[in-house]
Order: sequence, then structure tokens, then C-alpha cells
Amino acid sequence: MNGSVATQARLWLWQRVSAMVLGVCVLVHLAVIIHAVRGGLSAAEILARTQGSWAFGAFYTVFVLAAAVHAPIGLARIAEEWLGWRGLKVTVATHLFGLLLLVTGLRAVYGVVVP
Amino acid sequence: MTSNLKVKVWRGREEGDFATYEVPRLESQTVLDVVTYIQRRVDPSLSYRYACRVGMCGSCAMTVNGVARWTCRTHVSKVAKDGRLEIAPLSNLPVVKDLVTDMSEFFDKWARALGRFKGGTSRKDDFARVKPESLERRAVDAGIECIGCGACYASCDVVSWRPEYLGPAALNRAWTLVNDVRDTQRQERLGAVAGDAGCHACHTLATCTERCPKQLAPTAGIAGLKRLLARTKLEAEA
Repeated sequence: MNGSVATQARLWLWQRVSAMVLGVCVLVHLAVIIHAVRGGLSAAEILARTQGSWAFGAFYTVFVLAAAVHAPIGLARIAEEWLGWRGLKVTVATHLFGLLLLVTGLRAVYGVVVP
Repeated sequence: MTSNLKVKVWRGREEGDFATYEVPRLESQTVLDVVTYIQRRVDPSLSYRYACRVGMCGSCAMTVNGVARWTCRTHVSKVAKDGRLEIAPLSNLPVVKDLVTDMSEFFDKWARALGRFKGGTSRKDDFARVKPESLERRAVDAGIECIGCGACYASCDVVSWRPEYLGPAALNRAWTLVNDVRDTQRQERLGAVAGDAGCHACHTLATCTERCPKQLAPTAGIAGLKRLLARTKLEAEA
């Protein structure tokens, strides 16, 4: 990523913290999947569990936010080190990707939680 | 111990090729002995660098069968596969000729990491007292033993992907100095080693730690710098 050394250091910290959040989120998510697939999986069953549930809404919103922070920072590293991208190109591409994760993720949470 | 070794040695600069030499296999032979034999008995035009022969100076590091090593402290018996050796210059550094690399960038990066001690006292002041058991002193017990051979730098993938990266040796040096309570440049140094050209670029691959001929752990020092920086407020300058 670009910007000052302080920004780069801060981004590194953001990625570490978001990774910790994701670590917990992924474990909870896996537990929910294992619980949910017992005795078949249907859209109606999922919606029955999630619709109107503030707990599910809050949990998956946090999950989406953490992913939208974590993934673009990591992708910027990959673009710089493996593709040799530098400067504005990296910033724009990764910001757009982060925005995509944020919008599609929150849209999905909205879709299954709000009745 | 009468058979011959087949030794491939890099000849040329960035462009070049391996030449193959036959070298008599001797007992307790080091890779440096092999290179010296070639230069003295077979081809005097071969260029390589060494000084102390006993693992103190750090000048004889080369790539032996794909791995950066001190040639003076590497026995042939440890690395030769079926009597074959491949000796190349260190990676991640420009080749001057044959096995000699240009170390300027490597040491310039030590300077960029503010790798020089700067104290705040004069000869008129009393000696500083650093307690051997203090946390700061113990944190750098190993790190201060670095002799700057460049084996870690040549082994670091991040250096090859990101040429501006300061590298394990310079960051290890910075780590020893930020823990030196007598030094007066701690804040500036932390600024110099932060960010994408500094410690935050390290992916903790730990190849430097695996390859260090002195079994030092630059990875641990770099992680220490990251931890310190997470607690330090940097000036938001470009």
C-alpha cells in the first residue's frame, strides 16, 4: 500500500486485528454450518433461523467488516510482491475490491436477516 | 577419500554460466578449500572472497547447492551429494565477478535502518551501566553476534520480491539498537524501520533464521520491532 510509513504501519496493525476477529468468526461460522446441515439444509430452514435475529445480523456484519478490511490489505501485498504493481494502481484496485466485499457482504446479511 | 569431486562453479557476472572442475576429495575438506584449490591449481582467474577462514569475518558466504552458507565452516561431507557441488554467488546481490557479490546495497540498508550507535554521553561522563539480566539486554543477547555475512539477506524471499526491503540483517541491527538503553535515536530508528520497506514487509517466513550460520533469529527481532511499533506513535510524515 502507499502513503506514509505511519499509514503502512497502521495498515499492518489493522490486518493483524482483523485477522484475530476473522479467526473467531470463522470458527463460529463453521460451528453454525455443522449445526445447520444436520438433517438437511433448506433455504426456508436458514431463513427461519436468521430472519429477525439481531444476533445473527450483528455477527455476520462484524464478519463482513473484518473481511473487507483484511482481504484488500493482503491483496495489496500480493499485487506488489508478485505482480510488481506500485502506487495508485494498487490503492485503487484494492479499495475497489474492499468496497465490493463490503457491499455484497452487507447486502447478503440484509437479505437473510431483515424479514 | 581418493575420489574426485565434480564441482560446478559460477563464472561471469549477472550473465554467465557454470564451469565444471574436478577437485580431489580430501578429509575434513571445506567448501572454501575446494574453491581455493580451483583458484590456485586449476584456474587462477576465478574470483572469490574470504579472509579469516574460521567463521569470524563473514566474507566467504556463497550459495552452496542452492543454500547460502559460510564456505569456510561448511564441510564438503555435509553438503556434497554423490560427490557433486554447485557453488554460486549469494542471491539478491549484484555479481561483481564469479563468486564475488557487490555488498554495497546490503550495508547501505544498515545505514538506512540507522544501524549506527549514537550515545548521549561524553568521555567525561561515568560508564553507562546496563544490567545483564534486564529485559532489553536479554532480548538482544543473540542479535548482537551478527557479523554481517549476508546469508540471511540472500535467503530472504521478501528481499527478492521487494528490492527496497531493508532485509533481516539491517532490521536485526536496528532491533539490537532500539534495545540499547544508551542510544539516543530510538524514535528516529523506529520510524526508519517501519512500513513496507521495513519490518512490516516481513512475512515471518523465517528462512533467515533457518539459514543464519550463527543460529541467530532475525525473525524474532523483526517481530519485536513490529510489536514495539504497534505501541509507538509515529509522526504522520510522508
